[in-house]
Amino acid sequence: MTEWEIVIGLEIHAQLATRSKIFSGSATAYGAPPNSQANLVDLAYPGVLPVLNAEAVRMAVKFGLSINAEVARRSVFARKNYFYPDLPKGYQISQYELPIVKTGSLAIVLEDGTVKTIGVTRAHLEEDAGKSLHEGLAHASGIDLNRAGTPLLEIVSEPDLRSAKDAVAYMKKMHTLVRYLEICDGNMQEGSFRCDANVSVRPRGREKFGTRVEIKNLNSFRFVEKAIQYEAARQIELLESGGTVVQETRLYDSDKHETRSMRSKEEANDYRYFPDPDLLPVQIDEPFIAAVRATLPELPDDKAARFTREFALSAYDAGVLSASRELGAYFEAVVAGVGAAAAQRDNAHAKLAANWVMGELSSALNRDNLEIGASRVTPEALAGLLLRIIDGTISGKIAKDVFEAMWSEGKPADAIIEAKGLKQITDSGAIEGVIDSVIAANPRQLADYRSGKDKLFGFFVGQVMKATDGKANPAQLNELLKRKLGGAS
Amino acid sequence: MLHSLSIGELCNALVRKEISSVELTRHYLARIERLNPALNALITVTADEALAGAAEADRRRAAGEKGPLLGIPLIHKDIFCTDGVRTSCGSRMLDNFIAPYDATVVTRLKAAGAVMLAKANMDEFAMGSSNETSYYGPVKNPWDTRKVPGGSSGGSAAATAARLAPFATGTDTGGSIRQPAALTGVTGLKPTYGRVSRYGMVAFASSLDQAGVFARSAADAAPVLQAMAGFDPRDSTSIDTPVPDYPATLDAPLAGLKIGLLREFFEGLEARNSTLIHDAIEVYRGLGATTVEVSLPHLPLSVPTYYVVAPAECSSNLSRFDGVRFGYRCEKPKDLNDLYERSRGEGFGAEVKRRIMTGTYVLSAGYFDAYYLKAQKVRRLITDEFRAAFAQVDLLIGPTTPTPAFDIGAKMDDPVTMYLNDIYTIGANLAGLPGMSLPCGFIDGLPMGLQLIGPHFSEAKLLNAAHRFQQETGWHKHTPGGYEP
Repeated sequence: MTEWEIVIGLEIHAQLATRSKIFSGSATAYGAPPNSQANLVDLAYPGVLPVLNAEAVRMAVKFGLSINAEVARRSVFARKNYFYPDLPKGYQISQYELPIVKTGSLAIVLEDGTVKTIGVTRAHLEEDAGKSLHEGLAHASGIDLNRAGTPLLEIVSEPDLRSAKDAVAYMKKMHTLVRYLEICDGNMQEGSFRCDANVSVRPRGREKFGTRVEIKNLNSFRFVEKAIQYEAARQIELLESGGTVVQETRLYDSDKHETRSMRSKEEANDYRYFPDPDLLPVQIDEPFIAAVRATLPELPDDKAARFTREFALSAYDAGVLSASRELGAYFEAVVAGVGAAAAQRDNAHAKLAANWVMGELSSALNRDNLEIGASRVTPEALAGLLLRIIDGTISGKIAKDVFEAMWSEGKPADAIIEAKGLKQITDSGAIEGVIDSVIAANPRQLADYRSGKDKLFGFFVGQVMKATDGKANPAQLNELLKRKLGGAS
Repeated sequence: MLHSLSIGELCNALVRKEISSVELTRHYLARIERLNPALNALITVTADEALAGAAEADRRRAAGEKGPLLGIPLIHKDIFCTDGVRTSCGSRMLDNFIAPYDATVVTRLKAAGAVMLAKANMDEFAMGSSNETSYYGPVKNPWDTRKVPGGSSGGSAAATAARLAPFATGTDTGGSIRQPAALTGVTGLKPTYGRVSRYGMVAFASSLDQAGVFARSAADAAPVLQAMAGFDPRDSTSIDTPVPDYPATLDAPLAGLKIGLLREFFEGLEARNSTLIHDAIEVYRGLGATTVEVSLPHLPLSVPTYYVVAPAECSSNLSRFDGVRFGYRCEKPKDLNDLYERSRGEGFGAEVKRRIMTGTYVLSAGYFDAYYLKAQKVRRLITDEFRAAFAQVDLLIGPTTPTPAFDIGAKMDDPVTMYLNDIYTIGANLAGLPGMSLPCGFIDGLPMGLQLIGPHFSEAKLLNAAHRFQQETGWHKHTPGGYEP
């Protein structure tokens, strides 16, 4: 049996978050009534001319710098010629031979934890097309040109990805990056972030690539994974049964979970690219690049490395907490809140904060479908809760109840602890009293324990916690109970 | 008569309240009504708008506003979008197209107070050298109505020659202002590429198209260019460089002016044409200019270069005419391809189709390098040679056309012969240089043009040199029979 290797390259289309279109002054907001955001330039009226949106250039440069790519000092817009009703000019303005961003790279973490560097061949600016609408129109097609002219950054990877999971990890990392840079809202349902996948297979060990198939327009991480898995399996099955893979463009049908042929290489358009004579070459100088560089935020990898370094977090925790700027900022605010109040900085406190942000807070956000910015518990309030765990006022278990109350009532931790009488029992005498009565009430379990059934220790802990509504200080309880069960008076 | 007066004289008459703009406009509208039917120089006459515009100009002048064009009528080539007025570009494709906005050239001239009388006939989408490719029929040359007026701005040229307006706008992609100016005996100016905004001008070949002026003299052309020129943020290829005061330097002395005689323009030049140009050169020598022969070895390649670059750009620029959003749409399309094929097949004329096909071919995979890329390289060589020439001389001089106006129909079956009409004008377009054509005499009773080409942004010098020539010769004062007084 041949062992097959899957080879994948992705072309990601990130819609740039400019307020106006790349070559016209129309707004780019999503969801407006059809054609309400299409002016004469977008409609390609006779005589109109494109004018480049400088903000789109700034965003592309920002992206290039973030992946350590070469920012072209001179890039050129070209026309890609083809007829389609949603393409008003009969050509798309794109960059062809001279893109604005060349050769960069992005590190991804594979499933087994190893880090792999994926090459980025290029990233270029182009305009999006409009949309053809077929639903709800009898014997007619509608055209909505609101999206026509929306700026896109097309990010082309090297064929460095070797599995559907690699591809998803790369796409997720890019998704994180463009949102960090605030150049794309990353909204995949609205099509702001989507990709085409080039997939081929080859016998492991062979250098030459197999014939590739392009799967168009994948707009969710799940579809990327499924489509690549399906397509690779299809190609392997085809080759193993003596067939050959045809170079073609395919579409992924998420309902049927299959890819279908759209057009073959022979049917492919000859786009007749040539430099757009309506636009000057984009010239970028050092001061411009320096100015853009100054606006770069701390990037996800740098933030994760800092979290590991400063707070001794695990690579996993650091990765999760740096997945978005907002989440990282929230986490750091919690740590700061705890640190300000606690006498000294303690990495255990940071770990506690990390656990809470990734645990209780994240589940509450997910449950209520909220973004971190809309959290019902502020980082300062969460820090207030964690301080009560650290100083022993409440146990971690009780803290979860307090958190729920904070989430629903919007009050600070201390107010809830006070009002509900949840303060931990730290008085040894009081705990001893409860232990004594629990032991007295369970003579058989005591005898079994003393004859070697160590596991019954947990039973006694449970009984005491039950009797104190969970408020007994766990550390004190453990120590006292061990002594008492051991026979000490 | 009013139509014999120069723009300067008309302006004085308006200032002195001897006439009003409304009276002047009525006079020209009456001439149009009487004379245009024989010439077919105009596609759309905008009488109501013109009279309203003239009344507005009179109000502005009464309110104290001044300006050399305030209240002066003009005719726009039908390639410029005019808000609320049909902008046909000489094509069936846009026969029903009412532009929803004004081109920058239109806006600027309106702001200067000029009053639009009509939209001029032209070769379809400015593709042609004889004004015979127009959907609206050929324009006749006022000097001999059996002859073509040249093209593509043939309507603007004929209208200016026939005194249907004091001046007209045109566009010049390969000679479309200078060649018809020469063949109709008027003064034509094609500015530097980027001097005048292309916004709102229906594109033919974007890297070559440039708007300019038809007038009866350089002195009349100067204030018109003054109003048209300047940076436009809506045209990325317009250039942000100050606009000099063109009228101010018209009379500057020419002593010491260095004029280059382009060897390539004189090789094989027809004897009578050559005599006219050499007579003109003598006039300049008399004005104190010196002459030197210069050579641009690649200039003879300008016609084939142009006929790769221009069709390539046009094939893409005209893709927007697809029957979907505006313009001609075929009856009852069966499906999308049928809509495209029949709308374009029926909407475009033969010459436009020929150029779209040529352009599509030269941009195709496998041919791009051999044609488009090679043409761009030759274009660069020609540009460099012009630059080297202008290191030695201030202006280049030569003929505008190889022959006077030819018979309507004579060259329609032979595109290559037709294309060779532009042999002397195309070089300036490829290099983005300003050029002028001035009347310089007659062959067989038909006017001939003298061409001046200058370095980038030398319009002031060109106008100055043209004006001094016209003060010496008076060739520009000749008017075709029946149109004066």
